[in-house]
Amino acid sequence: MSILETKEITRCFGALTAVDRVSISVEAGEVFGLLGPNGAGKSTLIKMMITLLPPTTGQAWVAGFDVARKGSEVRRSIGYVPQAISADGQLTGYENLLILAKLYDIPRRERQTRIQNALAFMGLADSAEKLVSDYSGGMIRRLEIAQSMMHRPRVMFLDEPTLGLDPGARAAVWQHVGRLRDRFGMTIFLTTNLMEEADALCSRVAIMNHGKVMVIGTPEALKSCISKENASLDEVFIHYTGEKLESPGGYRDTWRRRRTARRLG
Amino acid sequence: MILGDEDEQLAVLAEPPVRKQGPFAVTVAFVKKTLVIAEMEVRRLRHDPTDIVTRAVQPAIWLVVFGQVFTRTRAIPTGHMRYIDFMAPGVLAQSVLFIAIFYGIAVIWERDLGIIQKFLVSPTPRQALVLGRALSAGARALPQALIIYVLALLVGVHMNFRPLALIGVMVAVVLGACIFAIFSMIIAALVKKRERFMGIGQVLTMPLFFASNAIYPISIMPAWLRAIAHANPLTYEVDALRGLMLEHGECIYGLGFDFAVLVCVVILFVVIGGRIYPRVVI
Repeated sequence: MSILETKEITRCFGALTAVDRVSISVEAGEVFGLLGPNGAGKSTLIKMMITLLPPTTGQAWVAGFDVARKGSEVRRSIGYVPQAISADGQLTGYENLLILAKLYDIPRRERQTRIQNALAFMGLADSAEKLVSDYSGGMIRRLEIAQSMMHRPRVMFLDEPTLGLDPGARAAVWQHVGRLRDRFGMTIFLTTNLMEEADALCSRVAIMNHGKVMVIGTPEALKSCISKENASLDEVFIHYTGEKLESPGGYRDTWRRRRTARRLG
Repeated sequence: MILGDEDEQLAVLAEPPVRKQGPFAVTVAFVKKTLVIAEMEVRRLRHDPTDIVTRAVQPAIWLVVFGQVFTRTRAIPTGHMRYIDFMAPGVLAQSVLFIAIFYGIAVIWERDLGIIQKFLVSPTPRQALVLGRALSAGARALPQALIIYVLALLVGVHMNFRPLALIGVMVAVVLGACIFAIFSMIIAALVKKRERFMGIGQVLTMPLFFASNAIYPISIMPAWLRAIAHANPLTYEVDALRGLMLEHGECIYGLGFDFAVLVCVVILFVVIGGRIYPRVVI
C-alpha cells in the first residue's frame, strides 16, 4: 500500500463541493506537490488527510491508517506546517520546539538532543533564544518545519510553505525541505500555487482546479504532454484547466493571505 | 550541539520516539500534556507580564469607587457584614470571569494564526488541549487574585490569611477560570468568527455577572432572577470565595457543595469542549 492514498474523497460545505472525488496515491520518499489556484480545494484536501476535517464521502489512508477511524495513529505518523503562521511569536524559538517536543511524547532524555538537532538542521541554532516575533519570515517557516520534524514523521504536510517569502528565503526553505527527504526519507506532501516551487521540489505534481484533480505526473512528463518546446508548468496548467493560474479567493481568504504575507515579509 | 558526528547523531534520531501504552500511561500522558499547554501560557506571561497590570484597573475601580460608595450608602442589605467585605470576593470572581471570557477570542485568533491547527494535528487528546487552555486562564487569574488581595487590604476589607483558606481561594479561582474559559472556547468554536464572538461575549459576560451573588445577595432578587443565579456557576465560586477570603466569611451553600458544583461543571465542560473545540478549524 502507498504511504498516502485517497479514494474518491469528497468534502462539501453546504452547496459547495470543495474537494470532488479525488483519488491520489503517493509512494514513500516522494515529494508530491498539489498545484492549483487559491480556492482550488488544496487546503481542504490536506485538512482531510491530517484529520482536521472529516470527509463527506470517500476514504483516505495515511501511513496505512484510515484517517476517519484511526485519527490518533495518523497524527502520530505525520508532521504538519499550516499555511498561516503557527509558531508562537510570544515565545522563543527554543520554547516553541520544547512545547511541541513534549506534546509529541519525546522522552526527557532525548528532548535536548532532538531540539538542538532540529535547530541545527534548519539553520536556527544561533537564534534559539530569540523571541519568534523578532524572527524573519524565512526563519519562522524554518522553525515551523523544525517543530514538525522532531518526532520524525513518516509524512510531512506543508501547506504553501513559501507563501509571502522573498526569493532568498524561499530558496532556503526549498533546500531544507529537500534535505528532509534526502536525510530521513520523509515523504513530503505540499501545496503550492507557484509553478517554480513545484518544478524545484516535486517528483510528481497533481494539478487541481475547482475541487478536482485534472492531471497527475512528473513535472517533465506534464510538460512534454503539450506540443511545445520548453513548455513551462504555467502553460501546462493552462492546458489542463483552460484557465490562467490566478486567485479567485474571496474577501476572507484574501485577508488571511495578505496578513500572513505581511507578518512573514 | 551538532559537531563532527552529525551523521551518527542523525541516524540515532531517525526513529520516532517510543510510545508507552496502557491505561496508567495514557492517564499520565493526559495530565502531562494538559500541563504542557498551560506551561506555554506561563512562559508567555513571563516574557510579557504587562497584561497582569492592565487587567488590575477594572477591579480596582469596582473596589475603590463602587465598593466604597455603596458601603457608605448601605443601600444593599448584607446583614452584619459590611458591604465592602461582602463585595470583595465578588470583585475577585468578576475579574477572573473577565480574564477567562477572553480565551474564546484567543482561540479564534490562534486559529487564524494556525497555532490551533498545529496542536490538533499533534497526538494530544482534545480534552487535554481544552483543559490545558482552561488552566492557562487559571495561571493568568492567580496573579490577579494577588493584586485584588492587596487592593482589598488597602480599602480595609477584613481578610483571612490562614494558609488553608489561601489555598482554597487559589483552587476556587482556578476552577472558576477553567469554567468560564471553556464556556467561552465552546462558544468560539460554534460561532467561529471574531466579530460574532465579540458581540456574543459582551452579551454573556454582563448577565453572568449580574445574575449572580457577586455584588448583592441572591435573597433580594426577584424569583426569576434567583432561579438563574442558582444555575450560574459564578454564584458558587463567589460563595466559596466569600467563605474563604474573609475573616468572618460564611458560605450560604457550604464549601463542600460549592467545590463539588465547580468541579462537576469543569468535568462536564471538558468533556463537551473536547468534542466541540476541534470544530473551530472547520
